[in-house]
Amino acid sequence: MTDRMIKVNYLARVEGEGALKVRVRGGIVEAAELNIFEPPRFFEALLRGRAYTEAPDITARICGICPVAYQMSAVHAMEDALGVTVPEPIRVLRRLLYCGEWIESHALHVFLLHAPDFLGYENAVAMAKDHGEAVQRGLALKKAGNALVAAVGGREVHPVNVRVGGFYRAPRRRDLVALRDGLERARDVALWAVGWTGGFNFPDCERDYEFVALRHERDYPFSEGRIVSSRGLDIPVRDYPEHFEETHLPRTTALRSRIRERGAYLTGPMARYSLNHDRLSPVAREAAAGAGLGTTCANPYRSIVVRAVEALQACDEALRIIDGYEEPEAPAAELVVRADTGHGATEAPRGLLYHRYRLAPDGSIEAADIVPPTAQNQASIEEDLTRFIPDWLDMDDAALQWRCEQTVRNYDPCISCATHFLRLEMDRRP
Amino acid sequence: MTSRVVIGVGNPDRGDDDAGRAVAARLRGSVHDGVAVMEHAGEATSLLELMERADACWLVDAASSGAPAGTIRRFDVAAAPLPHTLLALSSHGFGVGEAVELARALGSLPRRCVVFAIEGAGFEAGAPLSQAVAQAVEAVAARIVRELQEVP
Repeated sequence: MTDRMIKVNYLARVEGEGALKVRVRGGIVEAAELNIFEPPRFFEALLRGRAYTEAPDITARICGICPVAYQMSAVHAMEDALGVTVPEPIRVLRRLLYCGEWIESHALHVFLLHAPDFLGYENAVAMAKDHGEAVQRGLALKKAGNALVAAVGGREVHPVNVRVGGFYRAPRRRDLVALRDGLERARDVALWAVGWTGGFNFPDCERDYEFVALRHERDYPFSEGRIVSSRGLDIPVRDYPEHFEETHLPRTTALRSRIRERGAYLTGPMARYSLNHDRLSPVAREAAAGAGLGTTCANPYRSIVVRAVEALQACDEALRIIDGYEEPEAPAAELVVRADTGHGATEAPRGLLYHRYRLAPDGSIEAADIVPPTAQNQASIEEDLTRFIPDWLDMDDAALQWRCEQTVRNYDPCISCATHFLRLEMDRRP
Repeated sequence: MTSRVVIGVGNPDRGDDDAGRAVAARLRGSVHDGVAVMEHAGEATSLLELMERADACWLVDAASSGAPAGTIRRFDVAAAPLPHTLLALSSHGFGVGEAVELARALGSLPRRCVVFAIEGAGFEAGAPLSQAVAQAVEAVAARIVRELQEVP
């Protein structure tokens, strides 16, 4: 049993298409590879020659789960290029829209994609037969997120109301106030979910990750702040290309990101939480402590608890924003076109999403660069497998394969975004 | 009066993946007022929400099973689950098949629930419906009109 090959040809409960291949020789993991075979999508090439105003809607199409993240990174990058800072009411509305996406995405992953791993079910349908009440709660939470995205973004998927400078139309106060009851129930569900997931059994696996996330002077990060890391990186977003690099491996259609000189790093809920614990709202911080989380979290299996904490944070913040909301005088800031390069990084549900655009004098896009969170996390996912599998070699192939897939799902990978992703191939021969 | 809903699922910009939505578009205006006709992108949880409010539900989706283009298959999913080969491998791993099975597990599957699967020829971005699928769309729309008349 010390030489094995585990092969998952089509990974389930992840977004997109990818495979996992693990080769063990003499009890040593020789290779743990994520192979992303979803075809490349050439979005960056597609953007060239298009107007700067088109980037939010074109890039939103990269993902059906996190279109808001693409829109937000795009608008921030464009506004950086044009030298525009949006007024406070628009900034706050953007946070509200992002709250909606986090609630939707985290509810889907916590309740329907990841919880079955911990409760021993093949999928959410099998889990729903025994845990119908939990699934119903998860669906209610997701619904509250959908309603928020629809109210601010114009529709639930691929919102149409976002533009560079702000929104096409600011939501009416009464339309947002109408969401309060649903959001209060959602906040109760999220609070319950923190305790529920906190009670799951977690493998004892901690890693010394370099966490990378945005950090803002006041807020838990969505769209603003500096890029910081647990090993001292502290840079403005526009310095991203100087500190991070992408490399291409022949076996995958995704690029892999590394911190220059240091290597793999981790972005996403655990990184945000560990670098911004002091920015959580009191209710989220208390719930996290009650569920056994410290001020940082380095066990990737506990990421499900962190996602529940972030869903709670998002519900709580959305309620605060709605209570203080006043309709802005204009839905968008005035823009003056100029030639420049702009950088934007925002916190997609799965982690940091970086966009860079170079604009021509007429505002058309000369060059575009998009680095999605799953590409950034790919090296860390593979390192998790390489480190953890040696302790699991007494498991039979089915159990080991399950554990490997669960390990990948810890990251809520979005393979379509990364495309540049899951099948498991486990080879443990002499 | 029974609450009835027809949901056409798909992506209108991906060739024959528009088949389900094309059926819904064809039916809109030609069925009487008490029937809700909707087009949907196929995300399972919001689909589930639409289904659980209905007493009777018809879902139409495109299929890619290797059958000849335009092949129409009808499944009484209130009686039995969709065959495994047709459980959609949507990009979220969560589509029509999962919505139906989740509704069944949660006890919220409509008493009458039918899935029509129309086999597509191609799913290229920006392509129109293929001729075989366009014909199948007409046939499925006509069939649903007849079935709606059977449910008062």
